[in-house]
Amino acid sequence: MANVQEKYDVAEALIGASTPSGGAIWAVAARETALANLRQMGAPHRRDEYWKYTNPTSLTAVDPLAADLFHTTEVRPFEMLDRIKLVFVDGIFDAAQSDDLSVDGVEIELLSDAMAKDIHWASSLYGVLEARGQSPVARPLAALNTVQAVQGFAIRVTGKAAKAISMVYLRGSETGDAMVHHVIKLEQGADLTLTENGPLAARANTVMEVEVADNAAFHHVRSQGRDHQRRAATHIFTQLGQESSFKSFTLTVNGRLTRNEAVIEFLGDNAHATVAGACAGDGDFLHDDTIFITHDAVNCESRQVFKKVLRNGATGIFQGKILVKAGAQKTDGYQLSKALLLDDDSNFMAKPELEIYADDVACSHGSTCGEIDDDAMFYLTSRGIPFKIAQDMLTLAFLHEALEEIENPVIAEDMGARLSDWMERRTG
Amino acid sequence: MLSIKNLQVGLEEEDKQILKGVDLEIGAGEVHAIMGPNGSGKSTMSYVLSGKSGYVVTDGSATLNGEDLLDMEPEERAAAGLFLAFQYPVEIPGVGNMTFLRTAVNAQRKARGEDELTAGEFLKEVRAKAKSLKIDADMLKRPVNVGFSGGEKKRNEILQMAMLSPKMCILDETDSGLDVDAMKLVAEGVNALRSEGRSFLVITHYQRLLDHIKPDVVHIMANGRIIKSGGPELALEVENNGYADLLAEVA
Ligand SMILES: Nc1ncnc2c1ncn2[C@@H]1O[C@H](COP(=O)(O)OP(=O)(O)OP(=O)(O)O)[C@@H](O)[C@H]1O
Ligand SMILES: [Mg+2]
Repeated sequence: MANVQEKYDVAEALIGASTPSGGAIWAVAARETALANLRQMGAPHRRDEYWKYTNPTSLTAVDPLAADLFHTTEVRPFEMLDRIKLVFVDGIFDAAQSDDLSVDGVEIELLSDAMAKDIHWASSLYGVLEARGQSPVARPLAALNTVQAVQGFAIRVTGKAAKAISMVYLRGSETGDAMVHHVIKLEQGADLTLTENGPLAARANTVMEVEVADNAAFHHVRSQGRDHQRRAATHIFTQLGQESSFKSFTLTVNGRLTRNEAVIEFLGDNAHATVAGACAGDGDFLHDDTIFITHDAVNCESRQVFKKVLRNGATGIFQGKILVKAGAQKTDGYQLSKALLLDDDSNFMAKPELEIYADDVACSHGSTCGEIDDDAMFYLTSRGIPFKIAQDMLTLAFLHEALEEIENPVIAEDMGARLSDWMERRTG
Repeated sequence: MLSIKNLQVGLEEEDKQILKGVDLEIGAGEVHAIMGPNGSGKSTMSYVLSGKSGYVVTDGSATLNGEDLLDMEPEERAAAGLFLAFQYPVEIPGVGNMTFLRTAVNAQRKARGEDELTAGEFLKEVRAKAKSLKIDADMLKRPVNVGFSGGEKKRNEILQMAMLSPKMCILDETDSGLDVDAMKLVAEGVNALRSEGRSFLVITHYQRLLDHIKPDVVHIMANGRIIKSGGPELALEVENNGYADLLAEVA
C-alpha cells in the first residue's frame, strides 16, 4: 500500500543525517534502539488509529516551519515560585540567562554531559521509558526525539528539593524546530516541583522520562506558550513506585497544533497519578491530549481531568486509555474530558477507552461536549452582568475543575487568571 | 413605576399562549402581590419582564419608568432597576458567590455611570447585609447557590437584591421553602428596603408572607390573565376559600 510506504519514507527523511553520534556506550545503544524502533514503526500517519483526529503532516514535514514570535510584557508564569530558572532559547540551553545548576537535594546535569559518561544513572532511563511506552501504541515522534535530542537535563532528586526547577523555553527566531529531552529520577521519598513554560520553537518535540521511586512525589505544571502558529508534540513517560505521587497539569492557549502525550505506568502499590489540562483555543487551533495509563499494581488511583474551551472553529481531541492488568485490584481510575463549545463551528472528538483484566476495580469515564448553560447565563445577566462578562465567568467556571487539580493554590490562581485574561481579550 | 399593558406571551418552541393579556400598574413605593393557581403564568410574567429567552411577546407592552423593558437585554433591564428574585435560583458551580455579587454590583454601577466599589467597600457592605439575613461567611465563599439549602438560596436572592438596590423588585415565591424564622428575616429584609422610590411585586401562594410584607394591592392571576384585583382582604379570601369561587366569578 502506498501510504504504508509513505510512513517509512517520511521516517527516513526525518532521521536524515542529523543523528548525533558518540557518547557513552549506553547512550549510543539507547539511540540505536530508538532508531530501530522508529524504522520499524514508521512516521505517524493519518491512517494510524491514534492519529485519526490529528493530522500529523505538519509535525512530520521535513522542512522547518515558521511561527510569528509572540511578544508580551506580562509577567511569565511561575515567577512567584522559589525556584531556579533554566532558560532555553530556540531549544538550546542558555547558561547566561539561567541560574546556577544548584539546588539542595537535587543533582542537575546537562543531558549531553550525562550522556558522555560511561557510568551514569540516566542509562536506566534515557530512551528506556520511552521504548517501553511504544507498546501497545506507537509514538514515533518520541522515538525520533530519543534518536536526535542533545538538549535537555538529567535531574536526580535525592530528597525534598529545596527549590522548584523551572524550564523556560524562549524563542529568538521565527523559523525552526527544537527538541528537548529530560530524564528525571526521584529517589525514594524525594519531592520535586518542575515547571515548564514557553513554546520552545516554531515546532517543538519534547520528551520527559520520569521515574518516581517509592514514596516520592513529582509535581509538574506547564504552560505551553501563546505563540499563535507554533506546533508541539510533547511526551511524558513515567513509572511510579509504591506510595508515590505524580501530578501533571498543562495550560494551553493558542498554538496551531499541540499534541500532548502522557504514558503512565503504576508499578508499585498505593500510588497516585493525575494528568490534567485546561486549554482554550480560538480559530486555527487543534489541541490533542493522548493519555495511556497502565495499572500494574494494587490500590493505585489515576485521574485524568481535561477541560477544553473552543471557539471560532477550534478543535479539541481527547484520547485517553486506562489499562488495568490482571492482579491490579482496587484500582481507581477516573477519567473526565469535557469541551465547552462557544459556537457551532468548533469541534471536540473524544475516544475514552477502558481495558480491564482485574475484577475489583472502579473505573469511570465521562466525555461531554456542551455549550454555555442558558439558565446560568440568564441568572448572571439578570443581575446586570453584561453578556460577554457572564460568558467569560461561566467559561472560567467550566475550566475550574481542571485547575483544581493543581496542588499549589498560588499556581492554580495564576493559571486561572491567565485563562480569564485570554477570554477577556477575545471580543468577536 | 411598572406599567404592563395587554401583555400576551407565547412560547418560542411550541405554539402555546401563556399570558393572554395582562394589565398591571404598580406605582412608585407600592407593594403589590400576585396570587394564582399553579401554572397560571406568574413566573412566566416575571421571566418575560426580566428578559429570559424562549418566550415570544405577541402583543402588549411593559415599561419601567417609561422605558420599554421588552426591548432591552436582561443586563440592561437590571441596570434600569429591575430585579427578579427567582422561584428556583440557579446553581453555578465554579463561580464564587462573592465574585458574582461584586461583578454584578459593579457592572450595574458602571452602566449607570457611577464609580465601582472598591474591594474593601464591597466587602464591608456585603458582610453587613449578609449578617442581617443570617448568611454566614462560609456561604458567601461557596459557588453561587451550590450546596445551598432551599431556604439559603432564597436568602441569597434577598442578599443580591439588597446589594443591587433595584427600583422594581419582583419576588417569585421567595417565601416557599423558608422556615418561619427565615420568612420573618426575609420579610424584614424586604421591609427594610421599602421606600418611596422602590416598588415590589410579590408572587406568593400564602397569606402568611403578606402578614409580614403588607401589600397595597393584591391581584389574582388565572389562566394567563389578572382576573381580580383588590386590597389585602383578597389574599385572606384565597387563603380561606381557595380559587374556586374567584374562577367561577369570571367564568
Ligand atoms: N418553557 C416552557 N415550556 C413549556 N411550558 C411552559 C414553559 N414555560 C412555562 N410553561 C407553561 O406555562 C404555564 C405557566 O407557567 P408558570 O411557571 O408561569 O406558572 P406559575 O403561575 O408560576 O405556576 P407556579 O405557581 O406553579 O409557580 C404552565 O402551564 C407551564 O407549564
Ligand atoms: Mg411560578
